[in-house]
Order: sequence, then C-alpha cells, then structure tokens
Amino acid sequence: MLSERTAFLIFSVIALIGAVNVITRRHPVHAALWLVGTFLGVAGLFLTLGAGLLGAIQVMVYAGAIMVLFLFVILLLNLDAPPDEGLSFARGASLLAAVATLALIALPLARAPELRAAATPESPVADASAGQVANVLFTRYALPFEVVSLLLLIAMVGAIHLARRPRRDETV
Amino acid sequence: MDTLVPWLTGAFEWATSSAFTFSVIVAILAVVGFVSIWAMFAVWLERKASADFQVRIGPNRVGGRFGLLQTLADGLKLAFKEDLIPGAADKLLFALAPAVAFCGAFAAFAALPFSPAISAVDLNLGVFFIVAVSAIGVIGVLMAGWSSNNKWSLYGAMREAAQLISYEIPSALALMVPILVTGSLNLKEIVAFQCLPSDGTLDKEGLFYWSNSGWLAFYSPWTFVAFVIYYVASLAECKRAPFDLPEAESELVSGFHTEYSGMRFSFFFLEEYAMMFVVSAIAALVFLGGWQPLPFVSLNLPTSGFLGFGANLFYAGVFLAKAVFLVWVQIWVRWTVPRMRVDQVMVMGYKYLIPVSLVALLMMALYEHWDVRYLPGLF
Repeated sequence: MLSERTAFLIFSVIALIGAVNVITRRHPVHAALWLVGTFLGVAGLFLTLGAGLLGAIQVMVYAGAIMVLFLFVILLLNLDAPPDEGLSFARGASLLAAVATLALIALPLARAPELRAAATPESPVADASAGQVANVLFTRYALPFEVVSLLLLIAMVGAIHLARRPRRDETV
Repeated sequence: MDTLVPWLTGAFEWATSSAFTFSVIVAILAVVGFVSIWAMFAVWLERKASADFQVRIGPNRVGGRFGLLQTLADGLKLAFKEDLIPGAADKLLFALAPAVAFCGAFAAFAALPFSPAISAVDLNLGVFFIVAVSAIGVIGVLMAGWSSNNKWSLYGAMREAAQLISYEIPSALALMVPILVTGSLNLKEIVAFQCLPSDGTLDKEGLFYWSNSGWLAFYSPWTFVAFVIYYVASLAECKRAPFDLPEAESELVSGFHTEYSGMRFSFFFLEEYAMMFVVSAIAALVFLGGWQPLPFVSLNLPTSGFLGFGANLFYAGVFLAKAVFLVWVQIWVRWTVPRMRVDQVMVMGYKYLIPVSLVALLMMALYEHWDVRYLPGLF
C-alpha cells in the first residue's frame, strides 16, 4: 500500500521536476504550466503533512487563480520564447539574487535544527483544520491579517487608477 | 514448491493489506462509470429539451421511441473518428489539454456524497475541496486554446479565463453564507444540519418530524439570495448560456475547442456535463436539503441494517432527482436566454453579483449574531 512517506516523496519529486522546468523552459507558457505542476506538487505535500486546508488553498489560489491570471497575461501580451542572449548583466544579477534568497531560507534552517523537524509525514502538522486556522488567524494574527488586506486593497486601487481611462476634463 | 507457498502467503498478505487500495480502486471505477453514464444521459436530455423548446422531435431512432441510446451511437462515432492535430499546434499541450480539463471535474465528483452512507470519499473540507479542484479545469481550457495556434481558440480560452476568475468570487462568497449558518465545510454535515429536529432531541420516533432549519435556501432571505447568486455564477463557471462566451459559436467558430476532433473533442463535452452535475449537486446539497425530500419536514428512516440499505438508495434517488432537476433548469435557461456580450458578463459579475453576495454574507452574519429567524414562532 502507498504509505504517506512514499506519497510525500512522489509529490516532492513532482514539485522539484516542475520547479526545474519552470526555470529551464524558454517559452513563458510552458514555464507557467510547469509552475502549475509545482504548485500541485506542493499542495500534495501539504496533504501528506495533514494540512488539508493549506493544500486546498494552494490548489484554489495558486494553481487555480493566480496561474490562470499569469497565463492570461502571457496570452494577452502574446509573448514568445526570447532569443538566447548568452551571459548578460541581468542574468548575472538574477543568479546573485537567487543565491541570496536561497541563503536567506537555508541559513535559519541550518542554524536551528528544531525548524527542520517541524513536520514530517510521521509527525504531521497539528491543529490545521479550517476552524483552528481561523481561530489563530482572527485572534492572535488579526492585526497582520488586516494590514495585509489593507495592502492588497491599496495595490488594487492603484492598479485600477493606473488602468482606467481619464475623464475628458481631466489632465493626465 | 518450496518457493510457491511463501509466495502465495505473501500474495495473500499483500491482497488483504491492500484492501484499502482495493476500495480506492472501486471508488475510482464507480466515479468513472457514473460520470460516463451521466454524460450520456445529460447529452440526451439536452438534445431532447432543446428539441422541445424549438418544437422539434429530437433524437427518436436509436434506442427506442425516445432515442435514449443516441448519445452512445454518437460517442462510438467520435471514438472512431480520426484524431487530428493541427500542424502548427503545440503537439504535447494540444494532446494533454482535454485530460487536464477533465481532471478537475472528475476530482470534484469524487467528493460528492450521494446519501448518508454512499460517497467515494468523505472529506471534512468537502465544499472547499470541490471549489478548489474544479478551478483546475480552466488550465486545460487555456492549454487547449493556446496550443491550437488558432485565433478563435485563443480568444475563447482567454474569455474562459477571465470569466472563471470573475465568477469564482461570487460563487465562493455565496457558498460562504450557508457555511456560516452550519459552521461546517463537510457536505454530509451541512445536509445533517438541514434535518436537525426543531426541539433538539436526537433520537426521534416516527417517520417525520419538524426540521429546525429546513432547506437552507429557505432558512433566511439571505440564504435564498446566496442560492440565486450561486446558481447564476455556476452557470458562468460551467460556460453555459447565457455565459457561453468561451465557445460562442456565432463569433468564435466554437471557441477553445475549434481545432479538436474525435475523442479529445468529446472529453471537453464530458467535462462540461460533469461540471454541470457537480455545481447542481452542490446547490442541491448545500441549499436544497441534499437527500431530504421535503423542505421543512425531515424524513426519519433507519440508516442501518437491510432497511438502512434501502433508505440509502431512496435518499440517493432523492438527491439525484434534485441535481438532475437543477441541471434541467440549466438546460432550460440555455435554450431560453440569449447570449450576453463580453462586457455585460463582466458588469454582471463585478457590479452586481459580487456586491450582492458580500451584502448577503454580512447580513447573514448579523442575522446569526442577533439570532433573527426567517419564520419566527412558526416551528
């Protein structure tokens, strides 16, 4: 029978293959579709760790909504695969940024072993049902939650302001 | 012989330990079988209903006077058709797209309970899971539209993406209203809430008793508003008329599946009819009392033993009747209402459905907070 650990490994492999393909595919549509695969793999990881709510949110928000918008924009702009330009300043800079981000994630994990053992299929995330997540989110983390929603509202108002047509009597 | 006996015992142990795997396989086969038979029936229903609306006879040769097997004949014909892939298409994505589109609807099917005991999987996150996985289908539509390398397909796919993203919000918000009342995302628990007895006793005697809430659509004005909004938004999510812009025949040939033929084409249809059933089934379970046959009265049947088996079948029949009725209303709407324009679809979603569903959610929260009842003192 398929054990949780095997399922965890299978989903990890799916997520990793997807992630590698996202950065190696030249065509933006292919890269975006591989990213969908990665998100589905990560959703599977959440499920095997006993965090069904996070898994469902991952599928609905990332795979179902954000990636659809990504694809929509790519199709709208009719992007094609960029020509191979070899090494350039931008590429070097993005490589540097990638290494720095990896270090930012990896260093705390390397320093604090208890973080690494946070969740495995054998000891799943406790208290991850919808009600328990809501209890924490709307009491202890209520302020950060509201701040984030305000930030998103500002971004939305800004985007609408930039995109809308100016009125006739208005100077841009 | 020395090796055979341990091998056999090993095989036996494997077989018993894989009883879980076996039940999973049975569940998968049951879902596949149900989806296929359902799609056959739904296509027949749609053709018969459209014929009625246009004062035609409709299918009437294959499978008796009512043409019941017409879809089977058409399906066989599609299976033997040449599988065309356009030369300029992205071959792999073109071939994968119908399967991806179907995946979401299929996964959603697995989480639907048909009666207190009949369900493939019983998920605590039921409603949320179904909303999440049914959003995957649009990726398949986008893949189909882009990989066809055809402007009609591309326009169709982009309309589908815009439409689905817009109408997911009101439909999810509308589903939040009954979830607010029941306090559960589990579909079985939501139905159980709708048949709680009014006086709070758990072991009821007799065949019928007054229900505490009745069907949730009639629980309060706001749940009824939510039901209407969910139903309209689900029409858009299934790409049904008047929201069938992704495949608008008069403008886009046939939208995102213009280039598809044979079995791949039929997979898109399987997806559409499966999704029609899924959204209608959710509406029936969440708003219309699931397997309860009457609105304000709960039927009290034994759920264990041989009688319980019959009761479960009866409940499943009631649930199916409700879901099929709601699908029939979808068909009715399709053959009655003309298609909307693209901008009208967006105005409908963002200027009407989303604000109204937000108001319904807020008002329902206040009603629950103040304990306002729709029919005070009646039960």
